[in-house]
Amino acid sequence: MSVIWTIMKRELGSYFSSPVAYVFLVIFLLLTGFFTFTAGNFFERGEASLAAFFGWHPWVYLVLVPAVGMRLWAEERRSGTLELLLTMPVAPWQAIVAKFLASWVFLAVALALTFPAVITVNVLGDPDNGMIVAGYLGSFLLAGGYLAISCMTSAMTRNQVVAFILSVVLCLFLILAGFNPVTDLLVRWASPAVVDTVAAFSVITHFDGFQRGVIDTRNLFFFLSVIGFALFATGVIIRGHRAG
Amino acid sequence: MIKIENLVKAFGAKRAVDGVSFGVERGEVLGFLGPNGAGKSTTMRMITGFMPPTEGRVTVGGHDVAESPLQAKRLIGYLPENAAAYPDMTVQGFLRFAAELRGLHGEARKRAVGRVVELCFLQSVVHQSIDTLSKGYRHRTCLAQALIHDPDVLIMDEPTDGLDPNQKHEVRNLIRDLGRNKAIVFSTHILEEVDAACTRAIIIDRGRIVANGTPEELRAMSDLHGAVTLAAEGASAEKLAALGRVQQLNGAFRIYPNDKSKSPELAQAVIDLVRREGWKVEGMYNEVGQLDEVFRRITLPDTVKR
Repeated sequence: MSVIWTIMKRELGSYFSSPVAYVFLVIFLLLTGFFTFTAGNFFERGEASLAAFFGWHPWVYLVLVPAVGMRLWAEERRSGTLELLLTMPVAPWQAIVAKFLASWVFLAVALALTFPAVITVNVLGDPDNGMIVAGYLGSFLLAGGYLAISCMTSAMTRNQVVAFILSVVLCLFLILAGFNPVTDLLVRWASPAVVDTVAAFSVITHFDGFQRGVIDTRNLFFFLSVIGFALFATGVIIRGHRAG
Repeated sequence: MIKIENLVKAFGAKRAVDGVSFGVERGEVLGFLGPNGAGKSTTMRMITGFMPPTEGRVTVGGHDVAESPLQAKRLIGYLPENAAAYPDMTVQGFLRFAAELRGLHGEARKRAVGRVVELCFLQSVVHQSIDTLSKGYRHRTCLAQALIHDPDVLIMDEPTDGLDPNQKHEVRNLIRDLGRNKAIVFSTHILEEVDAACTRAIIIDRGRIVANGTPEELRAMSDLHGAVTLAAEGASAEKLAALGRVQQLNGAFRIYPNDKSKSPELAQAVIDLVRREGWKVEGMYNEVGQLDEVFRRITLPDTVKR
């Protein structure tokens, strides 16, 4: 446990010691602000909710989360510190979990900094704050799912750009599988059962529940299993590199 | 402390390490020699548990590296090739990180960091970030990391690579001192280091051990071993030829003994001859052999051998 904490501290330190972290935070806040208030017609909706805010998260994360996750393993492999880390008395799974958690904490910080949106709706109206909490939980899990996938693609290559692109493509698939325009298209050729199966793999389908204020264990389980699977795959990939 | 049995590492069809066995006990400093690509780094990566071997077994302090990796890794300090370190950390931050991973916290961590900073002469750069360090300092920072928990086993991949001659000297002395109560393996292709620091050396070529012995034993494999070089006024090759095979050098003669085991007598025979003939001696050396000649002879591909 203390090993995981040590690696987490190091990772978080390396985020905040570089300007990249602050640039990321600013871009994230600008983008969510823009989408919520301008593209999302926050004021014109006339309702006291953060639907306009959370609705964009799958798309904002699509680009930003891989940017956070791409360096996790690619950088360690490129600089040779992977050899240092894995010859310490550290089990590979501990290193994988620690690095993932550190990045997830960083994303949680970014998400927490969107609190002015919560204040705004509370000042302007009388929103259902339980729904907002569920939305934040869903958004955090969504970020974790993308992050775990970025973690996996980062382990595949020592080139961060390749890791980034691979991860965007995979995450995009997870969005599109349940994105209404796509499912509408699918309905024309495939039976409803097939469409539902494909949509079941989508983060949109599972994120929707949280947005509506429902914390469904199935949706919770979906995100946690995406994270679990992607981190397990990361372990397999890293073991593969070491075996040569 | 370290026991390696029939170690094999195959990358596809290529066998980078092909049946290597040796042992290193406490108090031994083993020099690991070989041309580039001979399998030195791969062997070290298998000892430190970074790479699983294709075949064979490595045990460190009685722990099988494949079966109980964490116990084995606790005993090992490892300096990887190119001295990798996290560039965004300060030297102190990096050493604290290494200490914590080794289970040292609080006061113990502080003491450990202080000790290695002193040992590796890092006092002047402790608060500097690693990416601003010169190569020599970066190397020593990584070495400090390997020593932080005062390990029983120390594995170093080219510890003096990229250092200036003074730093090389310091690191060699450090290795020799540490070797009194640790088991040390270090790779190098600088042969003088073998003399300076090792109690034993292994030469590895194309994945196989081709020589294993003390520096003296390895040198004895040299053609030059036991030869006498004589520079004397009036000396003639014909007269010396009675004692052994004579090679004419620039202003001197080198006499090789016909029988290597008789080499101690050769020097005496040369002195006797000089006295009898009344030559005026300018210099006379008893050759002990050169490691680089031995190294070249046993690691050059057969087709290139003279």
